Amino acid sequence: MLAIYKREVKAYFQSMTGCVFIAFLVAYTGIYFMAYNLTYGYPYFSYTLSGALIVFLVGIPLITMKSFSEERKNKTDQLLLTAPVSLGKIVMGKYLSMVTVLAVPNIIFCLFPLIIKSQGNAYLKVDYISIALFFLLGCVYTAIGMFLSALTESQIIAFISTFGILLALYLWDGILSMLPGSAISGLVGVLLVLTLLVFYIYHMTANWMLAAAIEAVGAAAGIILYIVKSSLYENLLTKLLGRLALADVFTDVASNQIVDVTGIVLYLSIIAVFVFLTIQAIQKRRWS
Amino acid sequence: MTKPSCCVGNFVSCTIKPSGGCTLRAKCTSTKLCHIYNTKTSQKFVTLNNMYKQNRQGTCACSARHEKTYQGGKALIEVKNLVKKYGNHTAINRLSFRMEKGKIYGFLGPNGAGKSTTMNIMTGYLGATEGQVLINGHDILKEPEEAKKHIGYLPELPPLYMDMTVSEYLEFAAELKGVPKEKRKSSIEEVMKLTKILEVKRRLIKNLSKGYRQRVGLAQAILGFPDIIILDEPTVGLDPKQIIEIRELIRSLAKKHTVILSSHILAEVREVCDYILIISKGKLVASDTPDNLEHRMNSSEAVEIETKAEASRVREVLKDIQDIKESSVKKQTDGITYARLLPRDGKDIRENVFLAFAEQKVPLLTLKTEHVSLETVFMELTQNENITKLQEMEEREETEYAGDL
Repeated sequence: MLAIYKREVKAYFQSMTGCVFIAFLVAYTGIYFMAYNLTYGYPYFSYTLSGALIVFLVGIPLITMKSFSEERKNKTDQLLLTAPVSLGKIVMGKYLSMVTVLAVPNIIFCLFPLIIKSQGNAYLKVDYISIALFFLLGCVYTAIGMFLSALTESQIIAFISTFGILLALYLWDGILSMLPGSAISGLVGVLLVLTLLVFYIYHMTANWMLAAAIEAVGAAAGIILYIVKSSLYENLLTKLLGRLALADVFTDVASNQIVDVTGIVLYLSIIAVFVFLTIQAIQKRRWS
Repeated sequence: MTKPSCCVGNFVSCTIKPSGGCTLRAKCTSTKLCHIYNTKTSQKFVTLNNMYKQNRQGTCACSARHEKTYQGGKALIEVKNLVKKYGNHTAINRLSFRMEKGKIYGFLGPNGAGKSTTMNIMTGYLGATEGQVLINGHDILKEPEEAKKHIGYLPELPPLYMDMTVSEYLEFAAELKGVPKEKRKSSIEEVMKLTKILEVKRRLIKNLSKGYRQRVGLAQAILGFPDIIILDEPTVGLDPKQIIEIRELIRSLAKKHTVILSSHILAEVREVCDYILIISKGKLVASDTPDNLEHRMNSSEAVEIETKAEASRVREVLKDIQDIKESSVKKQTDGITYARLLPRDGKDIRENVFLAFAEQKVPLLTLKTEHVSLETVFMELTQNENITKLQEMEEREETEYAGDL
């Protein structure tokens, strides 16, 4: 794992991708910092960071796009997969190297609150927590990007699909407000999500019996629940899917100074899920 | 009833039954494969964990079985009943073989025969649909890390990171393969010396020529000196001088390691390999030493003669010679008559032919046995659909004659 980690980190800085990402993120945040904190004298660095969130939309796909797709295209994955290293370690090595690249600008960000402090009042606690959450959110996006990269051979497709998903997550609040709140639409939404899930299960296992069984049981349970207690479905979509507005946990800290511990747990679990899915996606390819 | 001289070869017991058939039990004392000849049909069977039976016109049944001694021999690699399907397409169909230490094995087969797929499964890169691969007793799927420690693999396309220098790449590969830190440097130095890439060690891999890239890939495969070195078409894209160098390297590696290589070039396989496995359409159609493979065809080999006499005269002379099963005589445009004679039951008829023609005062210009090259064997085995039919027939007979053993 260490070998892969070291090689990847080195490659990021040799191939400029890592440097470009760091420079881009730091420069953009620097401009915001100058405008908000230095020119207007707003004492929270966390506010500046929430502006820099948009850089992730392009920056994260930039560092994740080639993680697995390039290996697969150049067939270098044959070296990794035939080496006496477990698949989990390969994925973790790669993931941690991307996290390391992501950590560099965040370490630089740690200087900014100190600059504010040298000019007067600063809220170091809030600022550092928000930097930590900003980093963690970046880790979540990286895990998603890595998973998408493991699905394809083309870096471009990996980039665009990651960008698309991150953009959807970024605009999630706006999308949510358009969802209907009635009970029946809640049921339809649940069935749709269930079907999507079943499709994925079918795609992974190629076992239509299992998929059909899950679909049938899930749909029956959903419909029975609707008949028994339809009030449960009211505003369900907004409540359920609202959790997917991942950036909310971060913006809560940044703009309202509220630290949501469940949100941190959510971040960590999403990372775990996508690392797991990446392993499964690569494993599946070996068997088809 | 004449007693059939049914089976000769490497066996411990031969029972001839009143029906004229015979049952042969072969027991191999060495771990080498067992060869059984059927003198009646001049056919030779090479058995590999398998039972073969032959029943020609109801006169002779010959069967052989490898006893436990063969099964129990220590094999470095054991592949059992391997099946790989891509959707509906079957890339590998029930492939089984064993490989021993310190030999060079060659996978031979036309393009798309399943050579690379087999190698990819053996190295753990791909999963098999069915079957088992044991590397030094470790299942490649159940104990992948332990099994992969024994393997060095050079895939068809060398897995190189273009933006690394040669020594950086080899350091990475050494660490990945778990070569101990204190040995890493000397080990890298040694493989670079062996593959003759010392002079390019500071260059970026993307700037190297194809031959050098291939050698870097080879260096990676032999790094850490694993027990088994698997090379998928190692000499593709190299110039003749490099090919000779690589072959020499492979030969020197075989002193301590088992080398498995694949190729569709016959000359290469014959020259380098101790043992050849011919694969066609995902099936193992033959496995033997290069000499035996040629010999296998030679046992039914024809005799060619040339003479200036007329075709009718030649036919007359031939009529009196015994043991000729079939003959074809034709007059060539240059006035020379050419005849091809098929002997009966693998008998040597050359002397008889010579004497017969001498007696009739018909001088022979040529008298020679038709030499069957590995090329012919290969073509016959990979293109002949009858082979699979024959095997099916044998399988069917196996069940019918199960009581013989």
